[in-house]
Amino acid sequence: MPKSLPTESLLKVRDLSMRFGGLLAVDGVALDVNEREIVSVIGPNGAGKTTVFNCISGFYTPTGGDIIYKGQSIHGLADFKISRLGMVRTFQHVRLFSQMTVIENLLVAQHRHVNTNLLAGLFKTPSYRQKEQESIDRAIYWLKKVNLLEFANREAGNLAYGQQRRLEIARCMVTEPGLLMLDEPAAGLNPKETNELDALIVSLKEDYNVSILLIEHDMGLVMGISDRIVVINQGRPLATGTPNEIRDNPDVIKAYLGEV
Amino acid sequence: MKDKFIPALIAGVATLILAFPLLGLNLVSDGLGLGIEGADTQTMIYIVLASLAVFIFQLFKENALNIAKNIPLPRRAYKPDAVVSQAQRDKNEKLFTFIIVAIALVWPFFASRGNVDLATLVLIYVMLGLGLNIVVGLAGLLDLGYVAFYAVGAYSYALLHQYFGLSFWVCLPLAGLMAASFGFVLGFPVLRLRGDYLAIVTLGFGEIIRILLNNWTHLTGGPNGIGSIPKPALFGLEFGRKAKEEGNIAFHEYFNIAYNSSYKVIFLYLLALLLVLFTIFVIRRLMRMPVGRAWEALREDEIACRSLGLNRTIIKLSAFTIGASFAGFAGAFFSAKQGFISPESFTFIESAIILAIVVLGGMGSQLGIILAAIAMTVLPELAREFQEYRMLMFGLMMVLMMIWRPQGLLPMKRRHMELTNA
Ligand SMILES: Nc1ncnc2c1ncn2[C@@H]1O[C@H](COP(=O)(O)OP(=O)(O)OP(=O)(O)O)[C@@H](O)[C@H]1O
Ligand SMILES: [Mg+2]
Repeated sequence: MPKSLPTESLLKVRDLSMRFGGLLAVDGVALDVNEREIVSVIGPNGAGKTTVFNCISGFYTPTGGDIIYKGQSIHGLADFKISRLGMVRTFQHVRLFSQMTVIENLLVAQHRHVNTNLLAGLFKTPSYRQKEQESIDRAIYWLKKVNLLEFANREAGNLAYGQQRRLEIARCMVTEPGLLMLDEPAAGLNPKETNELDALIVSLKEDYNVSILLIEHDMGLVMGISDRIVVINQGRPLATGTPNEIRDNPDVIKAYLGEV
Repeated sequence: MKDKFIPALIAGVATLILAFPLLGLNLVSDGLGLGIEGADTQTMIYIVLASLAVFIFQLFKENALNIAKNIPLPRRAYKPDAVVSQAQRDKNEKLFTFIIVAIALVWPFFASRGNVDLATLVLIYVMLGLGLNIVVGLAGLLDLGYVAFYAVGAYSYALLHQYFGLSFWVCLPLAGLMAASFGFVLGFPVLRLRGDYLAIVTLGFGEIIRILLNNWTHLTGGPNGIGSIPKPALFGLEFGRKAKEEGNIAFHEYFNIAYNSSYKVIFLYLLALLLVLFTIFVIRRLMRMPVGRAWEALREDEIACRSLGLNRTIIKLSAFTIGASFAGFAGAFFSAKQGFISPESFTFIESAIILAIVVLGGMGSQLGIILAAIAMTVLPELAREFQEYRMLMFGLMMVLMMIWRPQGLLPMKRRHMELTNA
């Protein structure tokens, strides 16, 4: 059950809007993610959830509103800089480096933690070796955590779909993020894999102090793990609250049933 | 069959219409004016035969292409990964490299002067191909103006020697550095562009450098070029008949042997070989370093890279700069070998040839590039008498490659990083 501790707000989104020509895909969305909290964003297809993610992670520059991460406004900041602040995301469609091996995927993700000095690398200085070893160790640690260690040398594109999804999460985690943003991580998973994902997400929060912003259509998963839920419909915020509040909200029920 | 007949007929007639004025009519000087004269009967017969050939080919194109596709492809010597472990592969590769290098080292002492000279040229193209491969094959950036960096390297040595009297060995790293700086300065604004746009801007850059060299007459000598660029010396030993630099001794005098001009040719060859080996070594290292991983990752999925905090501009820039520096080394060596350079040597066709080497070799693979460089340099040399048709053969080869083996001679088989201690 959600603890109502006075936690500090990690991510604060206010009045976010995103316009594509004539289409207002996101309109006035607000969101808060506190430290060690799982917040879900739900809504019918085309509601604008992924667009919200793209705005927060800097892939789009929002046409309006504020995004504040750890007290710092990140509006208009380049995507890779936002990621370096500690907000890392996955994609609705898996985006692995499919021709690289599993472990290489995790090493690329640690690019800015390793020694990228060219001369150090050419001469294999001790500090270079040490950094490489550290990143390999971190990669191994996370491969164990997501049960992929035995596939470390396999090409990422040859993994089963569920494994690719887990690898994508591990690839985010090696960057040691403060906020992990997952776009429909359970899509295409079987029930067993969904349960494992559920446990993994909870463990990330409990054991690694990572906050999680989750887009998901699997209501069982969302209701089970979320501390709070934000519902978006046609780009506009429809409701915000605990899973129980959302479950009973007549507007939400209408939006979902109306869509069917 | 019928639906193919009409297009085939059109193609045949089109060939006839195109070939007749181009080949079947000759311009002859007729006093002060020009007259037109039909070619001899033999040419006419060839033209008709060619049109017929086009007609028949178009008619049976599909079958012909199928046959071409079914020609067994040259396979790589080693077996699938599952059978041969990476360690074994590395071992085989080491042995293979060792044998090749040993042969390459000994060969010039038995070969003719002309052949050694040609081999040196091949080695220059190998170096250029390997350098451009970083940009095109590894980082996935289409650079059509690579020759500009080659020119910068060549002129760096020529000018630094001419104005400051610096020796080849001092200028070699400086030429690499100069080319790298040009790569950096050009790359900074243009690497935001993608694909075609990048290709066009780099193409323009290549031309700008050439035109600049052509017109900045009082510095570069313009179209007249720069001459009497000295050959490199070996620890103060020169390979000319008489030592030119003060303090240097001629090689043959030092060892008290008769002067032989082939020593110089062999020395240049060995030097080029050394540079190529250095290039191969550095690039192989780079590919396994973080920057090499990042190049590959960026080529595979730029969006994922950005989401992980990789700065794509810096990473692309590093590929561009490092690639350029190898062209700089090659350029400095080229001007030392030739002893004379002019903007003529750095036209777009050079960029095209280097790019063709990379594509032909199979983007990314070093062995492929070496083979392609040999093919692209030696074949035209062998087919000297067909000089006029060089471009035609060039085009034909490209078309055939696209049909038969679009992935290049030896597509890159990347060496994966592997965990062994887990
Ligand atoms: N780059 C873009 N240009 C124009 N329109 C866009 C762009 N990105 C998204 N949209 C539009 O914005 C709306 C919201 O799309 P979005 O992908 O955010 O929905 P979603 O809630 O993630 O849906 P789903 O559950 O299907 O993933 C859609 O109408 C979409 O067509
Ligand atoms: Mg979506």
